[in-house]
Amino acid sequence: MVIRTQGLSFSFGNQQVVRSLSLEVPAGSIYGFLGPNGAGKTTTIKMLLNLLQAGEGSIQIFDKDLQSNRIEILKQIGSLIEQPAIYQHLTGKENLLNRAMLLQVGEKRVNDMLNLVQLTAAANKKAGQYSLGMKQRLGIALALLNDPKLLVLDEPTNGLDPNGIIEIHELMMRVVKEGKTVFVSSHLLSEVEKMATHVGIINNGKLMFQGTIQDLQNINQPHIYIETDNSADAANLLKRNHIDITEVENDYLLTPFVSKQQIGDINNLLVQNGITVFGINKQHKDLERLFLDITKSN
Amino acid sequence: MKGFLLSFRSEFYKTRKTLGFWGSIILPLAITLLAFTAIYVKSNSFANKPGMMLWIQFSMISLGSMGTLLLPIYTIFVAYSVNNIEHKADTWKTLFSLPISRWAVYGAKYAYAFFLLAMCMSLFTLLNIGFGNLLGVIKPELKFGEYHMEKELAQVFFKLLLSALGILSIQFLLSLLWSDFLKPMGLGFIATVTGVILATNNWEYAYLFPYAQPMAAIKSMIKNQRGPADKFEINVFTQDVYVSLIVAVVVFFVGYYIVQKRSVK
Repeated sequence: MVIRTQGLSFSFGNQQVVRSLSLEVPAGSIYGFLGPNGAGKTTTIKMLLNLLQAGEGSIQIFDKDLQSNRIEILKQIGSLIEQPAIYQHLTGKENLLNRAMLLQVGEKRVNDMLNLVQLTAAANKKAGQYSLGMKQRLGIALALLNDPKLLVLDEPTNGLDPNGIIEIHELMMRVVKEGKTVFVSSHLLSEVEKMATHVGIINNGKLMFQGTIQDLQNINQPHIYIETDNSADAANLLKRNHIDITEVENDYLLTPFVSKQQIGDINNLLVQNGITVFGINKQHKDLERLFLDITKSN
Repeated sequence: MKGFLLSFRSEFYKTRKTLGFWGSIILPLAITLLAFTAIYVKSNSFANKPGMMLWIQFSMISLGSMGTLLLPIYTIFVAYSVNNIEHKADTWKTLFSLPISRWAVYGAKYAYAFFLLAMCMSLFTLLNIGFGNLLGVIKPELKFGEYHMEKELAQVFFKLLLSALGILSIQFLLSLLWSDFLKPMGLGFIATVTGVILATNNWEYAYLFPYAQPMAAIKSMIKNQRGPADKFEINVFTQDVYVSLIVAVVVFFVGYYIVQKRSVK
């Protein structure tokens, strides 16, 4: 495991923001760390970087204790937390050169990174004049400068337009192909579902789910989607016949899928009781709704 | 040690195009140039005065203005500018997630603020000596060449530097903890005015108040002695300087303790 935390907790005063978190991030994965705003994602990330001292629990990165191996571990991590930290009065290249000086990395690596994030043409422009997308890309270049084994990105696509989001996604995929591990937080599952291999879902500081994207799909139970001329009557009829209803809307209702035969039975029942059925089929919830359900259930 | 040196170099790299850095060059240049112009324009009234008097009158323009208000205010500004660069760019989190010890990051930042202050004072010394001698050359009726007080000037500016270190540590900590401009600058300004009032009213314990120490340092600079009138000695290590140094060291370590314990936003 690249990251392994056990019983990680953190409080701001009386308010507990992270509760007994046990993360497991395997090497070579893109781990999507998901949760609504204020769920404790940034706090967790700051603990992983030793910016906040964990109240309780332990953090192991590269199988070493973070507290006692801080510098050695930080050497192998690149991070971008919230908004990119950029000196606005320096050019993009100077920002990189300054960090390169601190990390003892050569100028060639700086030029390579500018090239990677497609900022070579704007390298000598003041960073204060960069667009949000360019700043974010510079932030990623800064995070990649020391050729880290683990890249920690906190909401890297926040505030970006669709093109910017695609560019950041492509960058992450490229990084993982080089054998690195990416830990990326987001408040949208759709953001990471296409590229993440693993997912952790956090809400109110608690880990609600952790596993591969496939595990997440597996807990996504199928439903029968029924569209009739009168959803309320249909729902009442099914309830009287001991069929669970999970959702009723004006134009459709949902009931858990049991078997194909059951779909036929429900159809018959509705038709025999004078309800017109416009459509009836088996459906999976999309992952975004599943994510919302998981975070709401807390 | 390597982390400290890297951080110190990075501080210079980051600030080399900012007013925080150039201020320590512009301030001594502007004031000594002003003194130079004043004496040059009014050279008639200074003609044929004894060399020692000329040097004292010329250098007192710098020493007087620095000793009263400018040095404390400038120190407050230096402490603010080296920390504000990180507040403004939101870079504390990246500084403290570098593979460099927190001690090196904090220490190098403080050392850089000290370096700016020391550079400013060294330039004051050099420019006073340089402009004084230049006046003597271009206006021969000004007898600057008759007397030499390079050592004394260097001692006085060194004494001023030491007397400002208490303020530097306090303001450095305030500017590090508070990201806004008003709180550290406002508090520092009020404390400076208080210090000036205490020192000008000769309050006997004024030397204990860091913001009064630059002024106290100017007042205590001449050693009491019964020698020939054309010779005087500078007393660098006076009570006020010792107190300033003690405050500087204590607050510096307290600051580190706070930084170590504090969460990085």
